[in-house]
Amino acid sequence: MNKSITIKDIISKGLIAGVVILSLNVIGFITLLGERELITGWFSLGHVFLVATPMAVAYFTTKNMDYESKAKPIGVGFVIGAVSAIPSIILVFLETNTDLRQFLANVSPALTEFLTFGQGVVAGSFILLLFFAVMSALASFVGLLDKKIQHPLVTGVAWVLGIATFSEVLLIRIRDTFGRGVAKFIFEGETLNPIIALFIFLVAAGITLWWDQKGDGIKVTFAGFSPQKKKQLSKGRSLILMVVILFLPLLLGSYLTEVTNNVGIYILMGLGLNIVVGFAGLLDLGYVAFFAIGAYVMGVLTSEGALGLDIGFTFWTALPVAVLTAILFGIILGVPVLGMRGDYLAIVTLGFGEIIRVLAVSDVFKGTLGGAQGILQIPKPEFFGIRLVQPEQLYYVVLGGVLLAVFIATRLRDSRLGRQWMAMREDEDVAEAMGMNLVATKLMAFATGAAFSGLAGAIFASKLTSIFPHSFNLIISINVLALIIVGGVGSIPGVFAGALILVGLPELLREFAEFRMLIYGVLLIVMMLYKPEGFLPDERRKRESSTDEELSLAEN
Amino acid sequence: MAMLEVNDIHTYYGNIHALKGISITVEEGEIVTLIGANGAGKTTTLRTISGLLTPREGSISYLGKDIVGTPAHKLVYERMAMVPEGRGVFAKLTVQENLEMGHFSREDKDGIARDLERVFTLFPRMKERRKQVAGTLSGGEQQMLATGRAMMSAPRLLMLDEPSMGLAPVLVDAVFDAIVEINKEGTTILLVEQNALMALSIANRGYVLQTGQIVLHDDAEKLKNNEMVQKAYLGVD
Repeated sequence: MNKSITIKDIISKGLIAGVVILSLNVIGFITLLGERELITGWFSLGHVFLVATPMAVAYFTTKNMDYESKAKPIGVGFVIGAVSAIPSIILVFLETNTDLRQFLANVSPALTEFLTFGQGVVAGSFILLLFFAVMSALASFVGLLDKKIQHPLVTGVAWVLGIATFSEVLLIRIRDTFGRGVAKFIFEGETLNPIIALFIFLVAAGITLWWDQKGDGIKVTFAGFSPQKKKQLSKGRSLILMVVILFLPLLLGSYLTEVTNNVGIYILMGLGLNIVVGFAGLLDLGYVAFFAIGAYVMGVLTSEGALGLDIGFTFWTALPVAVLTAILFGIILGVPVLGMRGDYLAIVTLGFGEIIRVLAVSDVFKGTLGGAQGILQIPKPEFFGIRLVQPEQLYYVVLGGVLLAVFIATRLRDSRLGRQWMAMREDEDVAEAMGMNLVATKLMAFATGAAFSGLAGAIFASKLTSIFPHSFNLIISINVLALIIVGGVGSIPGVFAGALILVGLPELLREFAEFRMLIYGVLLIVMMLYKPEGFLPDERRKRESSTDEELSLAEN
Repeated sequence: MAMLEVNDIHTYYGNIHALKGISITVEEGEIVTLIGANGAGKTTTLRTISGLLTPREGSISYLGKDIVGTPAHKLVYERMAMVPEGRGVFAKLTVQENLEMGHFSREDKDGIARDLERVFTLFPRMKERRKQVAGTLSGGEQQMLATGRAMMSAPRLLMLDEPSMGLAPVLVDAVFDAIVEINKEGTTILLVEQNALMALSIANRGYVLQTGQIVLHDDAEKLKNNEMVQKAYLGVD
């Protein structure tokens, strides 16, 4: 669909981009990321975020516009960029003439320095304007390019930015694997060497170019394989995947394995909540309660500190007790909310989650649960006499839990109970009219979900060796729910994707830590607008979120 | 003994007295219809019989058993099925999956396969569209699907709530033909309808409901000629 564009459109779009940048400046996002250089002597993460908005606006504005000559869209991009720089320039002038810090703590000389590229206010502002305008014009220009060139170009840039952003983590791995020399060659400090960056760009772009030309041919050849050969290939792939999973800690090193373990615990919780929310359609906002219960049972039973019961429980014997207790509480929560649907259910479960946390903090149970001081000296799990202390060792405990949970969740989804959940999610009355016992169906969902969460909690307690009530905030429930939504509600692979994106990435991108919630929010809004079914949606759920028109087209 | 005997039931929604003493009997093999205006209590009566609502007073016996207080999902195993108002197909599931949900209460594979064939003979369109998502079917097709799905539980008593609602006249005919066909094959029918003329033309007997009470009860033919029914429901002056 082509649209003609008026001057008013261009200015208003530029100003929108400008206001977005202005707010990023004011909250201190840009200054913080400005300290993180990506390519030595060239630019920082702050620059990327600074210019990303006008570039995106310019790209999408000019992509579908009518034009007689190519100069027009590029010009439009240029103007959008220039206009979007104006609010920031005003900010720079305000900052240098008045002290804004008492109202806006982050509008500091450092920000001005960053925005003006250290060239003084007037010259710097001019450079900023030009920088925005040229980059936005470039974005428009890229939008005009043939797909054949555009795709490799964008992929190449994305790879460079990605590698530079994750340099901290990559650096450690490269140093440990290939030695200090190689690491120094690629990274200067934590920033990417410009020559290496160019090399990465060329390789990524080259491979993409080659794949775009030859990829289809390869896919056709692959499709032409006999079913037997395909089966062999997919078997081979699964085997490789299994080996990789098994030896992942060796590949990742200590720090990344620790991150993986945290992701794993969230995956475990996600798989459980996915049953409640995704399969059965019951919106549960108090899911952290079962996580807390699992953790506290593990703590009380095994702790070697003052609060431990000291009645001979080890990690492995306490684990089933923790899971069973969580299940019991799952049912206890389930019974009063049997008649509730949707929003009401969400609010009641939210309250339940808070009750558990408040009880853990309260003085009433201080004697057993430790109040705000929590439970300390919980031993790490032991395996045939070996105490699993290192993240690399604990990885296998988490992995075991996740594999078990995936197996159970998959089997349940395809079982008779899974069908009951699905029918109940679609229409409770009709499900009942088909002969399904809604009470049992709902309680089974709550109980199974609670079991997974209890298991996660128990492993969590033992892994951390101490637990405190504030670890079981509402925000955990929200995180788990968000990761399910991002991955695709009701989809088991989606839980993995969601956990990696929402739990794994923030761990690696420390720079963003302060703005984690902001990014969560933006990510969720963007997801809901452009990919409401999630990254790896369940087949059936995909149908639910697409429009009727698409559906009949897809089915015919 | 009648297949279904509803005796003086009173059902409430909170404090609202919705059914004020309804008594109905349905004999095996009959088509019985409940007609009446909006809010007369037709749907409430069906929901009470099928166990979704519990009457405060009165008794319901089905196949000689008292079923008051028996939950809806258990009555399916007693071979009583209901097609809810507004059809209530699982909009996101395919036709095939909807029908599979219908035989949830059964284990006999041969019987299920036989009944699936029967549904497809009754509604050939469902066979054509078995892979289509139910929400994309037309209103009439959804009604057929809901009816077919109810038939998959091999009911002895099939209760239908307003099957003609929102359908084009030609589809209403098709649905009612199917109901007659189902009845001929041995399933007893209890039909709730606002389209009184259609309902009375296929039913053996009819009950007329008004504000939670039965005001008339007679053979369908006679009801059709009844002056009051003609005035109130058939639009005859």
